[in-house]
Amino acid sequence: MSEFIDFFVGKYNYWAFILLMMIGLYAMIAKKNLAKKIIGMNIFQTAIILFYISTAAKGGGASIPIIAHGHGHGLSEHGARAADYINPLPHVLMLTAIVVSVATLGVALTLAVKVYHQYGTLEEDEIADRIRAQTGGEP
Amino acid sequence: MSPHLPALPVVVPLLSALLITILGWSNRRLPFPIALVALTAGLLSALGLMKDVLARGVIGYNMGGWDPPWGIAYRVDHLNALVLVVVMAAALIGLIATRDRVKAEFEDRIVPFYTLFVLFVTGLSGILLTGDAFNLYVLLEIASLTGYALIGLGEGRAPLAGLNYILMGTIGASFYLLGVGYLYLMTGTLNMVDLAARLPGLYDSHVVALAFFICLTGLFVKMAFFPVHVWLPNAYSNASSAAGILIAPLTTKVMIYVMIRITLTVFTPDYAFDVLDIGDAVVWLSVIAIVMGSVFALAQNRLKRILSYIVVAEVGYMVGGFWLGNRAGITGSILHIVNDAAMTLCVFLAAGALLTRVPGDRLIHLQGLFRKMPVSMAALVVGGLSIIGAPPTCGFFSKWYLISGGIDAGHYGFVAALLFSSLVNVALFFRVFEIAYYEPFGADHGHDPRAHGASGREDAPAAMLAPLVVVAVLLVALGLYSGDLVSAIIQHAIPARII
Repeated sequence: MSEFIDFFVGKYNYWAFILLMMIGLYAMIAKKNLAKKIIGMNIFQTAIILFYISTAAKGGGASIPIIAHGHGHGLSEHGARAADYINPLPHVLMLTAIVVSVATLGVALTLAVKVYHQYGTLEEDEIADRIRAQTGGEP
Repeated sequence: MSPHLPALPVVVPLLSALLITILGWSNRRLPFPIALVALTAGLLSALGLMKDVLARGVIGYNMGGWDPPWGIAYRVDHLNALVLVVVMAAALIGLIATRDRVKAEFEDRIVPFYTLFVLFVTGLSGILLTGDAFNLYVLLEIASLTGYALIGLGEGRAPLAGLNYILMGTIGASFYLLGVGYLYLMTGTLNMVDLAARLPGLYDSHVVALAFFICLTGLFVKMAFFPVHVWLPNAYSNASSAAGILIAPLTTKVMIYVMIRITLTVFTPDYAFDVLDIGDAVVWLSVIAIVMGSVFALAQNRLKRILSYIVVAEVGYMVGGFWLGNRAGITGSILHIVNDAAMTLCVFLAAGALLTRVPGDRLIHLQGLFRKMPVSMAALVVGGLSIIGAPPTCGFFSKWYLISGGIDAGHYGFVAALLFSSLVNVALFFRVFEIAYYEPFGADHGHDPRAHGASGREDAPAAMLAPLVVVAVLLVALGLYSGDLVSAIIQHAIPARII
């Protein structure tokens, strides 16, 4: 039983990201409202960003990667032990991924506004009805 | 050759995007020439890279002079040099051919249109050249975001189709990102060469297997592999004809390249084909993709929708051929990347040419077009024959390799699917040709057809026809020289251990 708890609690960051990812995926697939789908998309992307960030963490009091007392010559005496600092690379990568996700959100919202102006609604069922009315039932 | 040649196909279009935005606002006539110059430079540097690779083998290039693993390394070999030439050539021909369409369809949005398009090419050539798995994700998103925007710029149902494409495309790209995350977690590197060196020791790991599957799933979404193809037909058939011509030949082909790159370079061929042993399963999936793509194509009554579903079936060809895992199959798959880009460009361009003179792309609108637009229809016939796989067009040769790969692997389901799809394509295209051959119903009753024959002939503008004819000739030329293409380039793109 305790192994089981360790399995869940010890890897809580993975459970959190999987849960968020599934919420996002569910919203994108099951919701009929385009705005909700876009929100789902953003949750989905954020989940992956959280996954990357959580992998950067290290136990044992590792801090942000700014070398303490590390002004020039002090560095050689203290040295920089990698274990004392969290891994900065996933953070840097996710900075890019955040920019990408903001851009995606921007394009998606722009198109959603266009769709709204065109059909007067963001509900997929109603949009489908309007399209059917316009084209006389043909795809 | 300049040592910075590998950077040019990415940097030149990127800078030209800035130039177009800055200069385009003051002078509306500038965006096209700037894009033209940028893509011509891109094509020339791609050809230069191809020449260098043929002469010297693999070329490495460190972006900004930073050595990997700190910097981003570009790596050019036979495979990506070939696909880069194809992408640049298709983009350049598409750009020239769509000049008038863009003017007509996007009068007041010429600047954003061309900015997005050169950025789209930047993303694609970056995907092809980069040797860094995370950099590939970023460039993938550059190509995708601009692609969404180009499609969403259209009229009618285009914004809705673009929005659905964003939702699907984001799932695909995010899956790829997640897979790369797992690989980084296991190996501590993002450089493809380093990954390839470190992964073989970890092939027992479930995490690595998961990473591979997640990457592959993401790429399947991006390349519109059945059943995750649903974004493609709507996006391509509802996009403005200019955007369709520019995007349709490129995106899916580049994604297939990424799949090949990940499987052959990041992982080793024996991992995918022997350790995981999923080749057979993926080939069966592609059999379903080919059959369903063809059947759906048959059910459509609009030309562009038919062509879009044919693209879905063609993706099945390339994925299936690759996963056969033997030399003939992979050769066929890579050759088909080249041929399918040309074929798709040809038929979408022909459809775009037809749409300059007819009100819509429903099949009924095509009546009498052989008389009215003989050159465009002739090009559509050549494109159609190539998709069917009739010699001497290029489609025949890649299909030949794919079929012989299927026979070598003993995978007769795949062979049957290819033959079935060819038959369906025959039915599809001859239905189109038949409709186009006959005059509109009632138009000629009791009249001499020649009475309005002279005034009836009204082909697309020459600016569009000339590139179309070039592509149609290219389809035959690619077919005639496909043997040389395979022996000079494609054979070197496949690892020697694959037989």
